[in-house]
Amino acid sequence: MENRPLISVEGLARRFGETGQPAVFEDIWFGVDKGEFCCLIGHSGCGKTTILNVLAGLDRPSGGAVIVDNREIDGPSLDRAVIFQGHALLPWMTVMGNIAFAVSSRWPNWDRARVRDHAMRFIELVGLAGAENKRPAQLSGGMKQRVGIARALSIQPKMLLMDEPFSALDALTRGMLQDEVLRICADTNQTVFMITHDVDEAILLADRIVLMTNGPGARIAEIVVNTMPKNERHRNDLHRHPQYYAIRNHLVEFLVNRSKAFDREVAEHGFDPRRPKLVKPGLMSMKLSAVNPPAEIVPLTTGRRQ
Amino acid sequence: MLKNSLRLRAGLLSVLIFVAIVGIWQVATMPTAASGPAMDPEYAKLVGAAAATGQKSAMPTPADIGATIWKHLADPFYIRGSNDKGIGIQLAYSLGRVLLGFGLAALVAIPLGFLIGMSPLVYRALDPFIQILKPVSPLAWMPLALYTIKDSAISSIFVIFICSIWPMLINTAFGVGSVRKEWLNVARTLEVGPFRTAFKVILPAAAPTIMTGMRISVGIAWLVIVAAEMLVGGTGIGYFVWNEWNNLSIANIVTAILLIGLVGLLLDQGLAYLAKLVTYPE
Repeated sequence: MENRPLISVEGLARRFGETGQPAVFEDIWFGVDKGEFCCLIGHSGCGKTTILNVLAGLDRPSGGAVIVDNREIDGPSLDRAVIFQGHALLPWMTVMGNIAFAVSSRWPNWDRARVRDHAMRFIELVGLAGAENKRPAQLSGGMKQRVGIARALSIQPKMLLMDEPFSALDALTRGMLQDEVLRICADTNQTVFMITHDVDEAILLADRIVLMTNGPGARIAEIVVNTMPKNERHRNDLHRHPQYYAIRNHLVEFLVNRSKAFDREVAEHGFDPRRPKLVKPGLMSMKLSAVNPPAEIVPLTTGRRQ
Repeated sequence: MLKNSLRLRAGLLSVLIFVAIVGIWQVATMPTAASGPAMDPEYAKLVGAAAATGQKSAMPTPADIGATIWKHLADPFYIRGSNDKGIGIQLAYSLGRVLLGFGLAALVAIPLGFLIGMSPLVYRALDPFIQILKPVSPLAWMPLALYTIKDSAISSIFVIFICSIWPMLINTAFGVGSVRKEWLNVARTLEVGPFRTAFKVILPAAAPTIMTGMRISVGIAWLVIVAAEMLVGGTGIGYFVWNEWNNLSIANIVTAILLIGLVGLLLDQGLAYLAKLVTYPE
């Protein structure tokens, strides 16, 4: 058996309605390695959330499969924690109640005190100590999403699935939470798959960025490797990093132009859906002087500004 | 401050309206000096000789009503024979029937509503029955109940049961059916079993809607019990009203009306309080 990554998406397709309908996405292949932070980026309507729901086990694909830990998934699992876009806290429970509900689902035999202690650790981890007896309605949007993150982490899953977790937050709160997620994921070496449409968020958080074309019939166009090392990514001076604009421009160029005209690229250069091209636009900017860029790089707008 | 002044003014206005009603009533029921217009002989027969020939109309003055209310409230729980029981006893009979019928209806309606809300199949299968039976006046069931149960007291409880069931059934089904998908997804991703999901997620999520249904049901039950007891007789506030009509004691009837209203208010407020306990802000 070939050596698979922790999550392996193999030939995934999803159609809604009758079989004759065009697929929202089809022939989707990519993998997420253990300990990796992987972002999926694409326009609304390309089926990002559907892919995440399939990974979570909440939706079933029309074709293909998702292999996690060498087993095909066939439903939700406590190994794959989901952080929902709209936090999805149970409003009649307190912060503690929401997290304890998850903890006691994971370890049904634990007594009340043990569940509380464990939940409290994760409430503290996301900086909400003191708010554990509040109801979600008494919390700000950022605090609610922190509870959602604490709930997902508290069950100590093998991987985290995040569906645009910060999109409903104001810029300041979003930035703070991004920093915290980055810190927590680095500390715990968590495997993360996140959906976003925010280019800067992807560059800050992700080790690899999967680019998805527009639907219907959306596909994985290529996978951008974030060559900026994790410890050099800081929200405040991200824009000063020599690779930043190269990566950013590459992503923006994709979202603005290439995502809708990908068929033409396929016609010109060919396309193997099973092995999406790995590109490193960040390194491209470092080797601007190089006469022949590595063949794997698609020569589009790279960081000429610098 | 502004709110307080509004409340004060509203209270003043209420008192004013009350005084006006009592005033008009007083004027209308004052004994007339000249003998009144010739009375319809049929009516004279109906109201009895004393009332027909006397100067005083059968309609009591506010003072009479006040005295009657005071008399009832001073000794609400006496029993002097089967047709002469204190008004408190009569209300207790009615309240007991309502709570029993309503309680039984809740025991059936809430689990069944849960099933309907969870299963589109059951919903579609039961929908025609519900749609047909829901608009039927509960009193229409009375003869059927009397024939099959052969006990008037239990029949009136059955009538309460059948009228309480619909709002609770429909609200429970609606509340359960419209639980937010994301909350159910939370339970699914946490691999929570069906029973735990039902009790820890669906029930609390639907509880405010279910409580609204219970509040509507208890209101209808309290409306229906008076009519049901008028039919079956024996005991209860409805029977009391009908009995006092036969005695032509308008003062007693008015007292009963006021007390029925008061008890209905207390029932409604009690359930409103319970509803508040299970309501969650989103």
